[in-house]
Amino acid sequence: MKPLDPRLLRRAEAARWFLAGSVAIGVATGALVIVQAVLLARGISDVVLRGAGVGTIAWLLAAVVAARAALAWLQEVVAQRAAAAVKSTLRRQVLEHSLKLGPAWLSSERSSQLTTLLTKGLDDLDPYFARYLPQLVLAATVPAGVVGWMATGDLIAAATVVVTLPLIPLFMALVGWATQAYSRRRQRALAVLAHHFSDVVSGLATLKLFGRAKGQAESVRRVTEEHRVASMASLRLAFLSSFVLELLASISVALVAVGVGLRLVEGRMGLETALLVLILAPEAYLPLRQVGAQFHASADGVAASEEVFRVLETPLPAQGERTDVPDLRSTGLHLHDVTVRYPDREQAALDGFDLDVWPGEVVALTGPSGAGKSTVLAVILGFVVPESGVVVAGGSAADEFDAGLWRRQFGWVPQRPGLRVGSIAENVRLGRPDATDQEVRKALDTAGAAELELETPVGEQGQLLSGGQRRRVALARALVTDAPVLLLDEPTAGLDPVAEAAVVAGLRATGKTVLLVAHRPALMDAADRVVSVSRKLVTV
Amino acid sequence: MSVLALVMPQRGVRPRLLLAVLAGVLASGTAVGLLATSAWLITKASAEPPVLTLLVAIVAVRAFGVGRGVFRYVERLAGHDAAYRVLGDTRARITERLEPLAPAGLASTRSGDLLARLVLDIDAVLDLWLRVLLPVLVAAVTGAATVGLLVLLLPVAGAAVAVAVVVACTVVPWLTAASARRAERMMAGARGDVAAAATENLQTAADVLAFDAVDDVLATFEAADRRLAAAQRQSAWSAGLGGALLVICVGAACIAGLVLGTGESGPVYAVLVLTPLALADVLGGIPVAAQLAIRVRGSLQRVEDLLSTPVPVAEPENALPLPEGSALQIHGLRVGYGPDDVLRGLDLDLPAGSRVVITGPSGSGKSTLAAVLLRFLEPRAGEVLLDGTDVRRLDGDQVRSRIGLLTQESYVFDTSIRENLLLAKPGASDLQLWNALYRARLGDFVHGLPRGLDTMVGEHGARLSGGERQRLAFARLLLADHDVLVLDEPTEHLDEETAQNLLSDLFRAAGHRTVVLLTHRPELAPDPTRPIIDLA
Repeated sequence: MKPLDPRLLRRAEAARWFLAGSVAIGVATGALVIVQAVLLARGISDVVLRGAGVGTIAWLLAAVVAARAALAWLQEVVAQRAAAAVKSTLRRQVLEHSLKLGPAWLSSERSSQLTTLLTKGLDDLDPYFARYLPQLVLAATVPAGVVGWMATGDLIAAATVVVTLPLIPLFMALVGWATQAYSRRRQRALAVLAHHFSDVVSGLATLKLFGRAKGQAESVRRVTEEHRVASMASLRLAFLSSFVLELLASISVALVAVGVGLRLVEGRMGLETALLVLILAPEAYLPLRQVGAQFHASADGVAASEEVFRVLETPLPAQGERTDVPDLRSTGLHLHDVTVRYPDREQAALDGFDLDVWPGEVVALTGPSGAGKSTVLAVILGFVVPESGVVVAGGSAADEFDAGLWRRQFGWVPQRPGLRVGSIAENVRLGRPDATDQEVRKALDTAGAAELELETPVGEQGQLLSGGQRRRVALARALVTDAPVLLLDEPTAGLDPVAEAAVVAGLRATGKTVLLVAHRPALMDAADRVVSVSRKLVTV
Repeated sequence: MSVLALVMPQRGVRPRLLLAVLAGVLASGTAVGLLATSAWLITKASAEPPVLTLLVAIVAVRAFGVGRGVFRYVERLAGHDAAYRVLGDTRARITERLEPLAPAGLASTRSGDLLARLVLDIDAVLDLWLRVLLPVLVAAVTGAATVGLLVLLLPVAGAAVAVAVVVACTVVPWLTAASARRAERMMAGARGDVAAAATENLQTAADVLAFDAVDDVLATFEAADRRLAAAQRQSAWSAGLGGALLVICVGAACIAGLVLGTGESGPVYAVLVLTPLALADVLGGIPVAAQLAIRVRGSLQRVEDLLSTPVPVAEPENALPLPEGSALQIHGLRVGYGPDDVLRGLDLDLPAGSRVVITGPSGSGKSTLAAVLLRFLEPRAGEVLLDGTDVRRLDGDQVRSRIGLLTQESYVFDTSIRENLLLAKPGASDLQLWNALYRARLGDFVHGLPRGLDTMVGEHGARLSGGERQRLAFARLLLADHDVLVLDEPTEHLDEETAQNLLSDLFRAAGHRTVVLLTHRPELAPDPTRPIIDLA
């Protein structure tokens, strides 16, 4: 695990400012730590050796304490503001990038993970910025200053610290390295056990259906107990590294104290210097120990940012730049020998598929479930990159063109249209924000949704509409664009035959090219041509 | 029983917690002791006495030096061990409490997200003990012990340090928590907006891309995002106040020793001035603990809210024995959730072996009827008779051994196909499992898998397609040997063709059983001549 991910600095400008600010605050804090030590040592030795008063020194100390408190407050303020800015930057980048990665990458499971990452997950960066990074900066600045100052008073004590200080990260790394393989094995076992409880809770209704719910408390207790035993075995090793840290830090302070004491007895050193060294010695180790204590804050934050970079570094599908997209009103659309294979699936979703669609034609795609009908539409839209084969229009491959411009040639109605919070009209306008109310009305009428009002809200995910109404709205959304080609995935599912016939007639009347996925005979009959999609291996 | 009782340690765990606190106090105490003894040693040594007089102090300093690491190690091990034990008990107790609530009482948490949230909320028990209660207890006890030591040396200096410790243990956490709560209040709304906007954009990604509207929809997200960032920037000003006050507490204690102790002997004076410095380390964890405490409290509150849901179905005190037959009769059934009834006086006669399709738009009470039949929901009026006996007088588990349910989203557990099936009939032979799989038309599929029955299905059955998942659930249902099968929109998430095939397979495999199909698309059912009852 890297303590500070350089990608964070590269991606988020606020993180750079924050780091600079933290270094400034860290240096100032280090200076104040030294001043405080000097004042305390002077104060004590004045009183003990000379019986002098402490008035001035007490006031100066009060000022130093106030300044340290102010810096501590400032650090937190700066951290919170930086965290806000960095999170905001990352949120936007992640959302934009994942949208551009497209639906093939964005499975439903992944979108819910991403939502969590964008909200809760990124909040883990708060403690990372507020506590971990500042401590890291302090660990880099304070010990150097403190040891330097100690060296001016007592070289031997300074040398003790200089020798032991680097031992801490070294030993921690050694312990970590020695236990790595073991803890990785453990982690895997732990992940399985940790998941058990959530599986039981989520499946409680199912367990109850089969009369198995009552015994689950015992099984949860047992599995959690196994989890504990396994955890403790790995923690006994993991805690060794903090043991080394505490032990070295504290033994070194003891060594310094005893050494200084003995030199004092021999009269080789003054009390003030001795006290200064004693006060400064723990301060040299403190930031390093705090970094260790903030491990949790760092681990969660680093995990969140790594998750972010994993998304951001997923390469976008290769995009063409040509803007001279051929007009599909006058030229045909062709698929040549297209083969698509989804990851984790042995069998090809489409195998050597050919298709020609000519302007003004209505073509129906049929075939058994899972034969790849929807995949054909996804390939045309560029959501799925074929393993081999090519989509051609006007003599050029589709992927040479800018994806956004290419897609503007198509009005798409997916099997499960995604509607957005807002009115029906707003949803219809998705592809053409400047469509007039009349145009929206006309599109809805053609789509067989004459009964729907423009201003009716659709609710979250279109929940206020029935499944059939959602499809109608999506069809209107496709019709209202200037796109010459309609790609329709079962556009009339859930419609009665009369309504279906009306929609088909309306589609024909638009004169647009239509490529539709059809199950029902009525829809196939309405098409100029029926193309069967089937896997080559499957014998029907 | 409040949630606090659920997160409290059982008797056997208490000694371990005590050990953790003790080890923590000793670890922090040795840090204080190290500095105090060193201060004494050095000041004493400056008078150049014979080395012998310093020997005890020298040994003590070295012992303290070694002690801290050892004690801290013990504290962390004992603390984690105890916290995990408490977590195990808490999870088990909560599972017991959830059992009677499922599924109707958990309806508000039906979405997987909220249940996952519940699981995380319960894990807050670990934070509660390891990062809130233990550190604060250790800090308070060590602070008190330090005060005790200083009072012995000079009561007035001890009193000054006592004030600092008390402020650090009360005002500092209060201030930190108050500021965290204020920030949370300021950000809650904007955070919800950002989450909603992100969810929507991701869910409609394909639509947005297809219509080349990415920039338009990002604009709405960015507006919500700007509001959230602005809220956090505003709340930043109070965030560091607790930490700053802690610095002042420790500094003030130090200065108090410096000013008040001038009349004491040199070594004692040094101890009075420098010992409070060690408190910085001891008390340093308090602001973090306070911040976490807010989050833990929110988690536990959510758990408590869930557990205080009224139990949806009361089990009878003296359950009647399960009757022989499986004919179902429904008379004047009224059921509802809110003020209005969803089912308003339903009558239905289902002789053994009959088949019926019940239809109606969503919200017309199809799933409600299923819940009543499965004893997941109490009727408000009317009765459901199983072979003439009111089901309210029967044990719920017994009723469910007779009546089975297949829903639109069947839950499959993250284990093997075999284990998922055995759930319905523990001890079933492989032959029986294969028989059920083939009758659910999943046999060939499983047979073709390299690991067959031992294939892992993934979290929530993610490695299966929607149709395969439903067929697996159906095979599981067939194994359980119910006499009545309630099929609640079993094909909702499947495409039309898969839906039709699955439905006809379901009806064929059901054999002699009574089948109640609840669907809003009765045209998909095989043989549409069977009685269709429209709830609308």
